[in-house]
Amino acid sequence: MLDALTVATAVAALALAAWCGWAAYRDQPTKDWHFIGMAVVTVLTLVQLVVGIVQLARGEKAEQGTTIFVAYLIGSFACIPAAGFMSLAERTRWGSITVAAGGVVLAVLQVRLYDIWGG
Amino acid sequence: MAATDKQPGRTRLIGGPGILLVWLYGVMVVGAVSRSAVQIATEFDKAPLAYSLSAVAGLVYGFITYSLVRGGETARKAALVCCAAELAGVLTVGTWTLADPSAFPDATVWSDYGMGYLFIPVLLPVTAMFWLRRSRTATQ
Repeated sequence: MLDALTVATAVAALALAAWCGWAAYRDQPTKDWHFIGMAVVTVLTLVQLVVGIVQLARGEKAEQGTTIFVAYLIGSFACIPAAGFMSLAERTRWGSITVAAGGVVLAVLQVRLYDIWGG
Repeated sequence: MAATDKQPGRTRLIGGPGILLVWLYGVMVVGAVSRSAVQIATEFDKAPLAYSLSAVAGLVYGFITYSLVRGGETARKAALVCCAAELAGVLTVGTWTLADPSAFPDATVWSDYGMGYLFIPVLLPVTAMFWLRRSRTATQ
């Protein structure tokens, strides 16, 4: 369950990065549709956070330690909203690039999460 | 912009490409500080040098991020100095980890020139220094 969610989030994050990268390439700021995309990815990370904590509560263990696992879950959840707010403050192509970078960062976090959980 | 009106004397350092720099530095702050905090708290004896260096890296990143967000000529200069220090740190620690791996039983943020962080630690200060130098010419 958690592994499937991690893979899905990583793919969604990369798609968001490509999409916002495309907007930046066309010299456009992030628009409403991009923010809906960011919301979708953020919901995925929120579900992942909840599922991860439920798994821990059920007594399952993360391979590389609970603290690191929870820290990465929270980091993943905060990643895209933070980039989104920065793109609201910067209404140029650079705002779009920032969200694209946020997507790449989130994908990297997901790869690490996969290892930390021990999938 | 309302924010610039309130602070007429300060150069805005986070416009355009600056926002991307702030984002990446912010990510590195969270990465380096949380990583070293966990490692120092749980297994400091395993690799004291590596973990202390990660903590220092986190502080430097934190200061640069704050300077960029604050803006102004003093902050710009301070950030420039810190970026140079950061670059020197990455190059020194990167070379050190390759030359004498036994001193580092565990990796730091700057090990192998930041390879574990997609080389962002070595690329970021160079980009930031270009950006900060350009900001000065823009204000003159």
